[in-house]
Amino acid sequence: MGVLVDETTRVLVQGITGKEGSFHARGCMAYGTNVVAGVTPGKGGTMFDDKVPVFNSVEEAVAETQANMSLIFVPPPFAPDAILESADAGIPLIACITEGVPVQDMVKVYRYIENKPTRLIGPNCPGLINPGAKCKIGIMPGAIHLPGRVGVLSRSGTLTYEAVGQLTTLNLGQSSCVGIGGDPIIGTNFVDVLRLFDADPDTDAVVMIGEIGGTMEQDAAAFIKAEFSKPVAALVVGASAPPGKRMGHAGAIITGESATAEYKIAALTDAGAWVIPTPADIGTTAQEMLRSKGLLT
Amino acid sequence: MNIHEFQAKEVFSRYGIPVPRGIVATTPEEAKAATAELGGQSVVKAQIHAGGRGKSGGVKLVRSPEEASEVAQTMLGTNLVTPQTGPEGAPVEKLLIEELADIKQELYVALTIDRDHRGPALLVSTQGGMDIEEVAANNPEDIHTEPVDPLSGLMPFQTRRLVRKLGLDQSVASEAAKVLSALYRVFVENDCTLVEINPLIITSEGHVVALDAKINLDDDSMFRHADLLAYRDVSQEDPLEAQASDLDIAYVNLDGDVGCLVNGAGLAMATLDVTNAAGAAPANFLDVGGGATPEKVSSAVKIILSDPKVKRVLINIFGGILRCDIAGEGIVMAYKETGSTVPLVVRMLGTNVVEGKEILGASGLPVVFADTLTDASNAIKQIKV
Repeated sequence: MGVLVDETTRVLVQGITGKEGSFHARGCMAYGTNVVAGVTPGKGGTMFDDKVPVFNSVEEAVAETQANMSLIFVPPPFAPDAILESADAGIPLIACITEGVPVQDMVKVYRYIENKPTRLIGPNCPGLINPGAKCKIGIMPGAIHLPGRVGVLSRSGTLTYEAVGQLTTLNLGQSSCVGIGGDPIIGTNFVDVLRLFDADPDTDAVVMIGEIGGTMEQDAAAFIKAEFSKPVAALVVGASAPPGKRMGHAGAIITGESATAEYKIAALTDAGAWVIPTPADIGTTAQEMLRSKGLLT
Repeated sequence: MNIHEFQAKEVFSRYGIPVPRGIVATTPEEAKAATAELGGQSVVKAQIHAGGRGKSGGVKLVRSPEEASEVAQTMLGTNLVTPQTGPEGAPVEKLLIEELADIKQELYVALTIDRDHRGPALLVSTQGGMDIEEVAANNPEDIHTEPVDPLSGLMPFQTRRLVRKLGLDQSVASEAAKVLSALYRVFVENDCTLVEINPLIITSEGHVVALDAKINLDDDSMFRHADLLAYRDVSQEDPLEAQASDLDIAYVNLDGDVGCLVNGAGLAMATLDVTNAAGAAPANFLDVGGGATPEKVSSAVKIILSDPKVKRVLINIFGGILRCDIAGEGIVMAYKETGSTVPLVVRMLGTNVVEGKEILGASGLPVVFADTLTDASNAIKQIKV
């Protein structure tokens, strides 16, 4: 099981012939992911690495290969078009890795897909992985993952790898890891993924990595308090950030008290989450949480 | 990207939003001449990329061209410190000399991206001229918010609703509604993340005028706004931040002495937090990015080493897209070129970590290796400064 992706996921890569797209498509395939198609307008009819047919449009790719997920690597000016093309073709799940999509493009994209049967992960995200199903759809280093029963969700890329690395070192495997993205407007938020983890019989507990900016962590805290049935260990980074400065991620900016790490940590503490004291304690806090819940012997 | 008030007013004028007559001055003589041209009286406004100027002596009413010259003399070439600048303030190189306004009523208007509604939102308040955060905290009922569907845009019924909520006279209402619609076009067509008018005034003759203007632009949209890029004023930016931004490196200058270089924004924030938790203070946030070359890593290290506050360096690389050997080469390159002897702690993990450590180990640099975040922060703490 795990969430969103598994053995049945048939991946189409938009931008497969580009530098980033080709590098990471190979990485996904080497991990075991079923990459069935690529799309690069103008390069239809060619083969990628002699294995994957390339099409001019998502529509054709879906008709020919029954792709049911799209992974997007196209540059920021063209990423909104790529997302809408996949949504238009009826693709149910899209992960957009691209960093730097203008926020006003994203608000339109969000409105367009809002009432369509399409879920968007990202943009500006590392993608998602289900280690047990040997399914990696994104840019994360596959080798650090271990199949298991902890769900990981995060707004970050490399910090997610840090979290996974710490879990794996302590032999705490992962059911699925979802990087939802570091932009102010993203397709899928913490609560959406928590719902999926709640319903996943193969996930025992969750590690959630938040950061400064916005109020998504508070929304997650309210959801955890009201209805989430599994234990959550939560980290919020950015306590050292000055107000008003964009800390790398477009979404990581303190614009008011509610956007601070302190405020978010207070909400998560109140919700009964296991608050991870510093980023060095992700693995040990998760371990302690699992032990105390009798989920680890 | 932030732009100046006078630039924001240029943009407003292009969209038909009324602004006071104004002239930019860079010398006391120009301020004097401008005031004479505006009828002998004016408001002298320091042009810096920060708010709170009024309370901090950055906005002065003058009653004669001579007084304008004197005030300009005291403002130009100084650093203005406001609640929104750091303690060092922001340099005043330009003044906006404006005609006096005849204020009957002050309103507040802003457009921003509302992350909860995942779309633009138009905010209005009758509490113009005030610190809007204070209004939001003390009298939230005085702020009216109108979420906008970005696909249909701001509709006339919405501007009419806001004008109604502001309680404006019928005679002013249509002009105010026009300004709100124009402001929405400014917001969308220029890829703004914030447009704010505080105050938007109603004059005694019943006209609507933007007395102040603030525009923040989306850095990620600059590929389609070459014209707006010309508005960038590097003098308002931290020099190291400006240098990093030109190299496409995410960098924020902080107060401590531990220079930090990390790949990935989240891991970079985490590294600062761990450093702080260990009782050491970070000198900066730096995310060197995913697809960095040795040259880019080297440039990033050089930015850190050129900061006189930096007494020790912490490198934290989780090798994925960025390989550890590339990072290692870049670090050695920067130290060799600068001849720096600042001690460094290196924590590397992931792709080509063995090669990365070999390159650093063989380089003769004053490097300590750490395996975990805890080890790294402990090692930093042990470097005496």
